[in-house]
Amino acid sequence: MDIDKKIVADFVNNDIELVTTVPCKQLAGVIDEIDACKDIYHIPSNKEDEGIGICAGAFMGGKRSAIIMQNTAIGVTVNTLVTLTQFYRMPLPMLISYRGELKEPVACQVEMAVHTKALLNQLHIPTYHFHQQSDAEELDTILKYTFMCNKPVAILTDATFWGGYGDQ
Amino acid sequence: MIRSDVLKELVPVISDQFVVCNIGLPSQELHMLDDQPTNFYMLGTMGLASSIGLGVALAQDKKVISIDGDGSVLTNFGTLPTIANNVADNFILLIIDNGSYGSTGDQPTYAGKKTSLAAVAKACGCETVIECQAEDCADVMREAIAGDKMTIIVCKCESGNIKVPVITKDPVVIRDRFMTAIREANT
Repeated sequence: MDIDKKIVADFVNNDIELVTTVPCKQLAGVIDEIDACKDIYHIPSNKEDEGIGICAGAFMGGKRSAIIMQNTAIGVTVNTLVTLTQFYRMPLPMLISYRGELKEPVACQVEMAVHTKALLNQLHIPTYHFHQQSDAEELDTILKYTFMCNKPVAILTDATFWGGYGDQ
Repeated sequence: MIRSDVLKELVPVISDQFVVCNIGLPSQELHMLDDQPTNFYMLGTMGLASSIGLGVALAQDKKVISIDGDGSVLTNFGTLPTIANNVADNFILLIIDNGSYGSTGDQPTYAGKKTSLAAVAKACGCETVIECQAEDCADVMREAIAGDKMTIIVCKCESGNIKVPVITKDPVVIRDRFMTAIREANT
């Protein structure tokens, strides 16, 4: 199955009914699939902390939610992750484009990449790193784990996972 | 009238509604005036009352009121286009606009100067935007609740604070009783 379709199918099979997204070109395909999915309400956010707020509200309203965003967002959302998602103990799957890893063409992205895992570790956020497409076989289990433990959980997906950036 | 006066007049109107209340003094005042399981108090995360309220409204059918402040909306300006483009007719955003960052010592906000939050909300595409004076807020809210239309209310009031105790309730308790109340109301 196409990787974008597989990700969205795992979301649907785990009863995720609302997904908020902040775009990244690596995530364009999966965002298109989310948008086309009849079982998921897709709500684009203007900034990632806004999106995490919407997810928190949806969870309290009775719907499972998830956020799709770039790893630069970890820098943006530290306060929200700590004082909202973690403080009130809410589940939040975060499908994250791990920019700045191998095959990255833009040097500035590396500056955030080197801090990404350290920040997630400091925040005690369970973190999974998808490097090969076969790694996504664990997505279903990771989603179940997230909703079991009521924590934000990060799924970092790098350029190798997404097939690179084309000829470079 | 200052914000706590506005809240006092609002309590009889919103007491049986689901309310997401802004961080700091607004939550502390509402908690002191009318603590209810149907109130979700933000203990951190300035700016997200409107986003959380929208999320609750999109996820279920009961009416949801977010009580926000001008300073907090300025912090999360991106919320207004998101609200405008994801219409939830069970959602009311009340922005109590006292032109200042009340919880941090009444420093002036731009909303108290040149910036009109009602005009910004309209420009963002929000269709029902009502600016009112503090004295009229309870009536405007009553009509908005009866109206079944997503509504943004910008209530202009004076800046100033009363002494209120901090909220010591555990956040998980606040969240759990709010969720339980929503679940029961929707079954």
